[in-house]
Amino acid sequence: MNRFIPVLTIVLAILVIWYAAAIPMNAAWQTTLNTRAELVDLSFASFATQTWNQDKPVLPAPHQVVGEIWNATVALEFTSRRSLAFHAWITLSATLLGFALGTVLGVGLAVAIIHNDASDRSLMPWIIASQTIPILAVAPMVVVGLGAMGLTGLVPKSLISMYLSFFPVVVGMVKGLRSPEAIQLDLLRTYDASSWQVFWKLRWPAAMPFLFASMKVGIAISLIGAVVAELSNAAGGGLGVRLLTGSYNGQTVQIWAALFIAAGLAAILVAIVGSAERWVNARMGVRV
Amino acid sequence: MNRAGLSRLQMVLALAAGLTGLVGLVLSLPSLGAAPLLALFFALSTVSLARFVLPLTVWLDGALAVLAAIALLAGLTTGVTLPGHHWLALLAGWAFAWLFVERLAAAIRAGSLPETGTSLLIPTVFGLALLVIWEVVTRGANVPPVILPPPSAIGARFVTEIPILWADFVQTFVKSVLPGYAIGCLAGLGVAILVDRSPFLKAGIMPIGNFMSALPIIGIAPIMVMWFGFDWQSKAAVVVAMTFFPMLVNTVAGLNAASAIERDLMATYAASYRQTLLKLRLPAAAPFIFNALKINSTLALIGAIVAEFFGTPVVGMGFRISTGVGRLAIDLVWAEIAVAAIAGSAFYGVIALIERGVTFWHPSVRGGRA
Repeated sequence: MNRFIPVLTIVLAILVIWYAAAIPMNAAWQTTLNTRAELVDLSFASFATQTWNQDKPVLPAPHQVVGEIWNATVALEFTSRRSLAFHAWITLSATLLGFALGTVLGVGLAVAIIHNDASDRSLMPWIIASQTIPILAVAPMVVVGLGAMGLTGLVPKSLISMYLSFFPVVVGMVKGLRSPEAIQLDLLRTYDASSWQVFWKLRWPAAMPFLFASMKVGIAISLIGAVVAELSNAAGGGLGVRLLTGSYNGQTVQIWAALFIAAGLAAILVAIVGSAERWVNARMGVRV
Repeated sequence: MNRAGLSRLQMVLALAAGLTGLVGLVLSLPSLGAAPLLALFFALSTVSLARFVLPLTVWLDGALAVLAAIALLAGLTTGVTLPGHHWLALLAGWAFAWLFVERLAAAIRAGSLPETGTSLLIPTVFGLALLVIWEVVTRGANVPPVILPPPSAIGARFVTEIPILWADFVQTFVKSVLPGYAIGCLAGLGVAILVDRSPFLKAGIMPIGNFMSALPIIGIAPIMVMWFGFDWQSKAAVVVAMTFFPMLVNTVAGLNAASAIERDLMATYAASYRQTLLKLRLPAAAPFIFNALKINSTLALIGAIVAEFFGTPVVGMGFRISTGVGRLAIDLVWAEIAVAAIAGSAFYGVIALIERGVTFWHPSVRGGRA
């Protein structure tokens, strides 16, 4: 609990700076509005309040963002096209599918690399090289390309997420599956264990901490992949679409709200993986 | 291991390659004169079945794989879907390439081939095989270039569009990525050193920094475009925001890397805070700092390109990609992707080289595997 007070202090400081910054950033437009309305001699307090409550502010105040999140999630029907909960669900489903595919692919590749010298030597350099292709940057194109082949909706976005999330899993799992020491492998050899048994009774349990560390990274970038992949397909919906339409229409409050929902989603997903990690660790008898 | 000196997987591959060659030979008999190279390949791969009686050298498998690639590429004609036995040749060629790689790896492990040079050959073979398959499948099966252009078309486009690609590279990489990367990394480093002096700030900022590094920061791109305009400044701002937090978190962790006994030694020397920082703690943090620099090098390029989707002057890699998709100039888009991949790898490589020079004392570098 001794971390609580410092974190709270920093968060409060951020909020204060945010409110303070909103005044000068929104001031120019507010002055124009007030001149048009022939409002003069406003006190600073009422001017500040005005800058915190604009329709399309340069920097929306925190309470506006929270209000927009509330209006767009709880106050609206879930099925409404304007409901952020609906869009968040679209993004979340693509993220989860992509993450699951990426984890399975990553673990599969890692197992192949561990057990076969040739695949280690031929695959590993290309797996690393695959991540230098900025797939995130071409995600919209990939979505369009797959759409031309008849793949639309959830699948193209999940494929982007998969492409991003399999990499940390491969790297972590290769490290993890190789982490048993020679003496432990030798012990299993004295037991005349088959390679199947070595895998399930030694390598797999030893790799668990690495798997969870990689999965935390993987699920965060899965979400980013899903959001960016949505940028090209405005009809499909999702948080990325809300960002894009907000940007085209100058709806800053909407952008910030979508951004905060995405951030909250990322935090929740990482926390879920983290608690799964603790549960598995406890089941496996790891003492912290 | 049997008489031919092959493992079970290698036996299966050798058998598959040889039998596919035999079937291909039979199927290609009616059109023997049309593709003599292909017929030669089928004949030779059928002959390679003799390896079960008489051991064949590993290089023969490599030569057969190369012959398959040449025969297939020579047999490609525009607008016509390839006849069936060409696909068999692709299959057999792939099997030979795989067998070649398997046997090379086994030979390196057994010590009968030197590690240097040969170990580079294996990923090269894999990459070339992928390129050949890409070319043969896209052109041989008449995949519309709108979906996936063949590598040869992308290469041709790359060469003819070098001025455009160069202008985009300057706009995105030189103007947006490099300043943003420098500012973001330096700011992260500076804040980390400041924060490090106060345990209270450290306790407060570290969880938030960790949290922020997991967030989709790329989403602030539309906001930055509104604040800083369409030109490179807004992209640089996105890059700053994306690179700041990984640097902050890694540096703070790295500054704790110096062990207590080393700090005690500095204390016995009556070293000032500044001296301890410069001579002990920053060098000890170098592996962590370089880790962040490497993570950031790929993040920065992605951030700049994605930010360009939200508004840009009519130049830049992200602009070219999004308009290229709209105009169905997919080969130009792929050329742009190639530029991005080369720039990203080169950037990463330069940082990795600097790291090897600076952190030469670290076990991961000394061991020869970075």
